Amino acid sequence: MILTVEHVTRYEYDAPMRGMVQSHRLHPSSFDGQKVLSWNVTVTDGVKGGSFRDGAGDLFESWSVIGPVSLVEVRVSGQVETTDMSGILRGHREVIVPTCYLQETAVTRPDQALRDITAGIRDMEPLQMAHEIAARIADAIVWTTGTTGSATTAAEALASGQGVCQDHSHAVIAAARHAGLPARYVSGYLVAEGVQDAAHAWAEIFVKGLGWVGFDAANKCCPDDRYIRLASGLDATDAAPIRGSSRGGGAETLEVTVAVGQAQQ
Amino acid sequence: MLSRTAENLFWIARAMERAENTGRLLEVGARISLLPSIHGYRSEWDSLLQASGTAEGFDRKYDAAVARNIESYMFFDGDNPSSVVSLFNQARENARIVRTALTTQVWDALNMAFQELKQLERRPRSELELTEMTDWVTRTAALVRGSINATLLRNDGFDFLNLGYALERADATARLIDVKYYVLLPRVEFVGSGLDNYQWMTLLRALSLHRAFHWSYAGDITARKIADFLILNPQNPRSLITSIESANWALDRLAKSYGRDMDVQHHARMLLARLTATTVEDIFDEGMHDFVTRFIDDTAHLSHCVWENYLTGDVR
Amino acid sequence: MTTCFNEMFDADAVRQPYARLESWTKAMPDALRHMKQAEAEALFRRIGITFAVYGEGGDPDRLIPFDMFPRVFTAREWGRLERGIKQRARALNAFLVDVYGRGEIVRAGRIPADLVYRNAAFEKSVVGFIPPKGVYSHIVGIDLVRTGPDDFFVLEDNCRTPSGVSYMLENREIMMRMFPDLFRENRIEPVDNYPALLRRTLASVAPAKCDKEPTIVLLTPGHYNSAYYEHSFLADMMGVELVEGQDLFVEGEYVWMRTTEGPRRVDVIYRRIDDSHIDPLCFRPDSMLGVPGLMDVYRSGGVNICSCPGAGVADDKAVYTFVPEMIRFYLGEEPILNNVPTWQCSKADDLKYVLENLHELVVKEVHGSGGYGMLVGPKSTKDQIERFRARIESKPSNYIAQPTLALSTTPTFVDEGVAPRHVDLRPYCLVGDRIELVPGGLTRVALTEGSLVVNSSQGGGVKDTWVLAE
Repeated sequence: MILTVEHVTRYEYDAPMRGMVQSHRLHPSSFDGQKVLSWNVTVTDGVKGGSFRDGAGDLFESWSVIGPVSLVEVRVSGQVETTDMSGILRGHREVIVPTCYLQETAVTRPDQALRDITAGIRDMEPLQMAHEIAARIADAIVWTTGTTGSATTAAEALASGQGVCQDHSHAVIAAARHAGLPARYVSGYLVAEGVQDAAHAWAEIFVKGLGWVGFDAANKCCPDDRYIRLASGLDATDAAPIRGSSRGGGAETLEVTVAVGQAQQ
Repeated sequence: MLSRTAENLFWIARAMERAENTGRLLEVGARISLLPSIHGYRSEWDSLLQASGTAEGFDRKYDAAVARNIESYMFFDGDNPSSVVSLFNQARENARIVRTALTTQVWDALNMAFQELKQLERRPRSELELTEMTDWVTRTAALVRGSINATLLRNDGFDFLNLGYALERADATARLIDVKYYVLLPRVEFVGSGLDNYQWMTLLRALSLHRAFHWSYAGDITARKIADFLILNPQNPRSLITSIESANWALDRLAKSYGRDMDVQHHARMLLARLTATTVEDIFDEGMHDFVTRFIDDTAHLSHCVWENYLTGDVR
Repeated sequence: MTTCFNEMFDADAVRQPYARLESWTKAMPDALRHMKQAEAEALFRRIGITFAVYGEGGDPDRLIPFDMFPRVFTAREWGRLERGIKQRARALNAFLVDVYGRGEIVRAGRIPADLVYRNAAFEKSVVGFIPPKGVYSHIVGIDLVRTGPDDFFVLEDNCRTPSGVSYMLENREIMMRMFPDLFRENRIEPVDNYPALLRRTLASVAPAKCDKEPTIVLLTPGHYNSAYYEHSFLADMMGVELVEGQDLFVEGEYVWMRTTEGPRRVDVIYRRIDDSHIDPLCFRPDSMLGVPGLMDVYRSGGVNICSCPGAGVADDKAVYTFVPEMIRFYLGEEPILNNVPTWQCSKADDLKYVLENLHELVVKEVHGSGGYGMLVGPKSTKDQIERFRARIESKPSNYIAQPTLALSTTPTFVDEGVAPRHVDLRPYCLVGDRIELVPGGLTRVALTEGSLVVNSSQGGGVKDTWVLAE
């Protein structure tokens, strides 16, 4: 499948800022099942800084904007050719040892309810365990917008029984790590009708012998050819495609639009 | 030099000059309150608080503007950013941050002042005369200033200190003039009266300028002569024109050592040129309050330019 | 415990390094000694060298007690220490480059994977990055104790930002000012070139993109930090700017500092702030101490950060056990300096032994420092031991245990005159394009009679440390 992406993040300030700096992971990598045909990132009045590929295989780009600045638009557009690999990440160049992804973070710390998710699955094969965890979380958290925020923890989302893809992913990660399976947060894109106000996210669990396998509990499936993988990390913050900081006294208004569709043949 | 270092030096100087001026204001207030006044006791102390820009903070904390409250507030109160104690603490903390940009003598002077002030705070207020407090401030400020002049390397750090002193002094003298003209005597018929002359004298005394005035001007004290002395006379160390001259001196040195002029030099030269061309008649024609207000704004703008040009580190 | 090695006296005979000091103390009347002690304290106070103890309140301008009786090493003793320390610093850096690369030592089964990769100090974000000259830890502080004429043990390694070097330098300055005669009579190796060596070391690891004389800065958390004096002192002695996070910013491919003449590029940052605070865009998003975007510049070769983020994985108290193994694995040598035998409470057998022998062991938290969260078995009451037992049992992996060593003593001035007190030693090894060690270090002394805790936060003092020339 050939997917086209138009992703715009718009920062507006009510008073001019003295400067801005951002760390981007907005370039999808190419691997089996994902081939970048064209890709372009622009930043209004931005100065492109250093770039490098980190140990997880993500391409970083540093951008800065010299003030005074009242409006910054980060515009991502491109085309990616995808193939359904049943969620298995193959041919992805990375060097970080999976064990590193057993590390807890503040938002993925399991409480009793999250630990209970892993009840009775200890004897299963790892792949089956991973599927079971994702399925249990999918059942336990109903996809609902507006009830959770960017700082909601996995435990809180599970307790409320509602959340969005970020909450599902955090909960899957927390439970999987508790069961001894390395797990990580993946940010990326998913084909959808019309224009969305956020990008997508899912979890990856490391299964010995198979490698990293994606689980999208919010959509009760594994990533296929409708998905584009951008970046990974221990949790949403650690995997954020854009992390930034601006200097000055203005209040920020953020607007995100994402359009991911299938290219017309 | 690091912008933050320059900023700390700039603020050491401003704090020290402001502390000295707070001391002087307290002295003016004490003297004025010895006089009869149709506005009563309260308004005179109020004017004092207004000149130091702390009236609002005082009102939040105290009901009555009586001498004891005002003295405590302006000298000892840590909640008042313009109190003597706050300013000395601030100057010493700024100095600790940039310790290596100062000489031992300057550091010792600031550090010792800080320790002495702690001793002073421990003494019962009933034993403390206001004159002892204000004398201490004047003496200590002079010691710090003297150590800077005598021992500091004549580099850009020295210039930022002098710039701080000059701009703070310009602002303070202007505010003192404004207290006199705007706050104390809003009613036109009192201008030029005997009471007015006496208060002018008090003002000169508080600035330690009464003898200097008589050396510079013969005959009666008149509002015209006082205005000329405080605003336009380049011999007066605290006149507005002298302060702006000092600011220009420091700024010109900076421009020379950095090899480039910035906005701030341009504005400072313009301000000095305007003052030089001004006569006392011009000031009275414009109205003293309007003139002083404009000057205070101009000085604030210079400070802002110093910040933009040198202290943000953003200028290319 | 009864027979501690006394570094000055062998039975009644004075050991050779201290030969000239005996007459010095004998010739010093009490009155003179008290006067000198007061003079030293006044000097310390005047230069402003004070120490604030974390979380203790009290006087923020407290001085660390300075003991005037120097601690002395012969050239031969030092020679062996020097070789051992340099060997260790080399192995620790080889380990860091390895675990952030292919992890050969783990693959070879010489150190458990979990110990490295699940370590809180392991920094995933620098995996695959090799810093300039392959050096992760540029200043390695190695804490040593002595138990006999030739018996030295490494107590712990400090690969991040070991502090205390300003005391080494100031102690010497003050001794030279107060007792110039001692320095004429004894031929003592100088330590005062440490700042120049540190600067040279930092310059030698400038990033590849730096094509001129590198601009070095020292990054401090600010003037409220307890070690601010040291930061300010070192910056001044090296002639580099002392900056806070707010003084630096990222633009384009580089880091810049704000100066009165506009932005100036920075090439090497000697940082005295923790990894987690370096860059809110990479680590803790709430950190106000760091520089947003710094890690991107670092990882794309625009600046070097010393020590490198992630260096802490080498000085963890659990990883410590494997340093001799690192020396054998990377250098193919036998360790010159021994580790203290260590029991890992995370291992069932070790835990059992530790819990059975608490009364004679020293138990430490794996990530603890400053002498906190520590049990000295033989010096503790039954009650204290039982309370500590509960803590260990609730989280065994958080603790290691070591035998209580008979730390050497050196003569120390106390109220009654001169008496032996226990000491340790921290030399500072510099690693850049070369490995350098100034002949000296910081000797910490437990001023309380019989105490084995030398930390300044727990009543320890400091001494000048001499290495005699051949």
